[in-house]
Amino acid sequence: MYTHKKIISDLAPKKFGKRDSIWTASLIVIVIVGIIAYIDQLIKGQEVTNMRDYALWGIYISNFVFFVATSFVGTVTVAILRLTNNSWRTPLVRIAEIISVAAIIMAGITIMIDMARPDRLLNLFIHARLQSPITWDVVIIPTYIVISLLLLYFPLIPDFAILKGHFKKKKPKLGKFYGKLALNWTGSKAQKLLQEKSIQILAIMIIPVGLLLQTIDAWLFSTTYRIGWDSTNFAPYFISGAFVAGVGSLITLIFIIRKAKKLENYITNHHFDKLGKLLVLACLIYLYFSINEYVIPLFTAKKGELTHLETLYSGTYSILFWAVTLLGLVLPIIILLFKAGRKPLPMFIIGLTVVVGAWWKRYLIVTPTLLHPFLPIQGVPESWHHYFPSLHEWLITIATLAMAFLIITILVRYLPVIPIQRTIDEQALLKTNNNPTES
Amino acid sequence: MEEKNKNSRRKFLDKGLKLGIVSAIGGLGLSKITSKLNATNTDGSGDKMELMTTDGTLIQVDSSEVIEIEHPTDHDKKYNVREGMPNRKFVMVVDLAKCTNELKCQESCNKNHYITGDNAWLKVYKMQESEKEAPYWMPTLCQHCDKPACVTVCPVDATFKRKDGLVLIDAERCIGCRFCMAACPYSVRVFNWSEPAQGEMSEITMHADMAQHTPSPEYAGMPSIKGTVDKCDFCPHQIHKKELPHCVAACPNDVFYFGDMYEDAVTNGSGQTVVLSKLLEERAGYKLLEGLGTAPSVFYLPPVDRLGDFEEGLENYNEFQSVKKPE
Ligand code: SF4
Ligand code: SF4
Repeated sequence: MYTHKKIISDLAPKKFGKRDSIWTASLIVIVIVGIIAYIDQLIKGQEVTNMRDYALWGIYISNFVFFVATSFVGTVTVAILRLTNNSWRTPLVRIAEIISVAAIIMAGITIMIDMARPDRLLNLFIHARLQSPITWDVVIIPTYIVISLLLLYFPLIPDFAILKGHFKKKKPKLGKFYGKLALNWTGSKAQKLLQEKSIQILAIMIIPVGLLLQTIDAWLFSTTYRIGWDSTNFAPYFISGAFVAGVGSLITLIFIIRKAKKLENYITNHHFDKLGKLLVLACLIYLYFSINEYVIPLFTAKKGELTHLETLYSGTYSILFWAVTLLGLVLPIIILLFKAGRKPLPMFIIGLTVVVGAWWKRYLIVTPTLLHPFLPIQGVPESWHHYFPSLHEWLITIATLAMAFLIITILVRYLPVIPIQRTIDEQALLKTNNNPTES
Repeated sequence: MEEKNKNSRRKFLDKGLKLGIVSAIGGLGLSKITSKLNATNTDGSGDKMELMTTDGTLIQVDSSEVIEIEHPTDHDKKYNVREGMPNRKFVMVVDLAKCTNELKCQESCNKNHYITGDNAWLKVYKMQESEKEAPYWMPTLCQHCDKPACVTVCPVDATFKRKDGLVLIDAERCIGCRFCMAACPYSVRVFNWSEPAQGEMSEITMHADMAQHTPSPEYAGMPSIKGTVDKCDFCPHQIHKKELPHCVAACPNDVFYFGDMYEDAVTNGSGQTVVLSKLLEERAGYKLLEGLGTAPSVFYLPPVDRLGDFEEGLENYNEFQSVKKPE
């Protein structure tokens, strides 16, 4: 049981410590290096990448798919936790929404990095053609960004009002800043009603939009004839994959934030236990669709399809494929089934492997298919038969990941990652229920 | 460059509009005159003439009814570039029995389109379906599909399908997303990964040629633009000159036939014209990867009764190079 004062001072944003500053500074350096590499790419052309006429997409696209998938965490937490009014969600939802916002913004930026003529970006609007899945992306990504931002912002308003008071004397400037964001929030009944309603509407809206976002992402591939992409299973497969990537990244980041902000009293083992169960559920669903995608075709595969599957099972990509499948999917399921596996530290390690696995899985979706066209690859330099990202591609891709972390870091620095008002309200509720044992 | 082109496009549109109005008025006048002409002839001369209709039946007409019409000499040039030449449907036939991998087609295509980079638009594949079947050479170029996968996915309509069958690219509009390349099942699209070094193909001619040339989707590679897609354009610039596409003209073995499906006639490099439907039927013509449903405009004749040995072609076979660089 904590007093209001303690809750507020525990949860209010705090100044960066030394470790935080070093972390942020290194992110900024990585981003700057990436920007320099990108400018070089703009000047010289995509020639600086290792993409060529056959491997015409590379890690920019798989990284894009990864970001889109990760941004799904906002939808998942809303659908599973907010709407069902799960009581254990309170300290988790805001972090999920922060990840979601960072990921979807970076998805938008990453797809532009892949465009060879970003100077003609406006053509996407001037000459937009409805039948192209890219146009659908142009519509859905900004929509998702807006909804995610609002869904992050609206629940924050009461907290901003609290922070305004909290910082009034100590840091008048910061207090004023929060005051502006609080939009004259007084906590009156009418205001509360309006806020609750708006959140409800957004929460209902984000579910179809989020599902559509993943689906369109899958359609980018399955609207082509390519072996390995031309699959009717692709949309649910992508959605379930996004579920895994999203929950995995949520667990990883919650562990880090809890440590960095010393929130052990608010995010407890109990929360990790619940999240672990959620991740098992996600992994099992994903496993189901993966079997549909990679095992069932073995029975009816035509020649080309079989070659494609063989490169995954025993060919060039087999090591990566099995690593991703076993370490990133099967092993987590087994470990998480045990209670000891759902303790914070093992969960962090599992979350990390799942996320890394999810990233490389996207690589496996994009690259092998492109290198197995219908007609044999002939008449081109030997190096065009393979693909591995160039230094430029790595620098830029790592910079996009660093930038996502940077966005998260800044948001975590200035926003209360755990809803203050809600925590206070819940405590009050507990008190009246006379059940002070749980925290 | 872009600005200039826009201007010229606007001018072109302007001119097109004016031409349209003028010809509409002209057409009205003409029809009046002909009706008058006909009126004087209504009594009929009694002389009958035998004529053949387009489907091959013989009919008789009163000779007074027959008026000579003048062939429009420039009807190929007055149209919207995105619409295509009216009442034409271009097709190609590739006779696999005759190909011996001499690569003259590729050389000519590379040279005339100023192709740079490492990947030619026209490639000759060394094909062998299975171990039991004999290997053969297969020239491939853009199939100018009637249901083009590349066009479906392009977000900005930079690559488009015309009524005359051609699939072209507006390189001034392409955003370089490469979705069309991912979509094309024939892998015929190439990308300008860097600033195209087209000068290396032919320094002098290129500058002379390009100086008085306004870029148009009808002449791909004139010029190629960094960060955009290129591919075979079926040479509409040659059609305007009443000439055959570069590859067709260059092949010493008459592997390629080019023509108009509506006329049911195709012509090979030596200038022989044959009936398309008959050729396809007699030689069992087929289309590449027909099962996908892309409906290509290029037909293939199977490599039976080969003209030359497959081994002859091996001499020219180079695994790593399809664009010859100047020495
Ligand atoms: S062959 Fe490829 S590039 Fe050519 S029209 Fe067909 S799909 Fe498009
Ligand atoms: S690369 Fe250019 S032509 Fe191809 S789909 Fe993208 S915009 Fe269209």
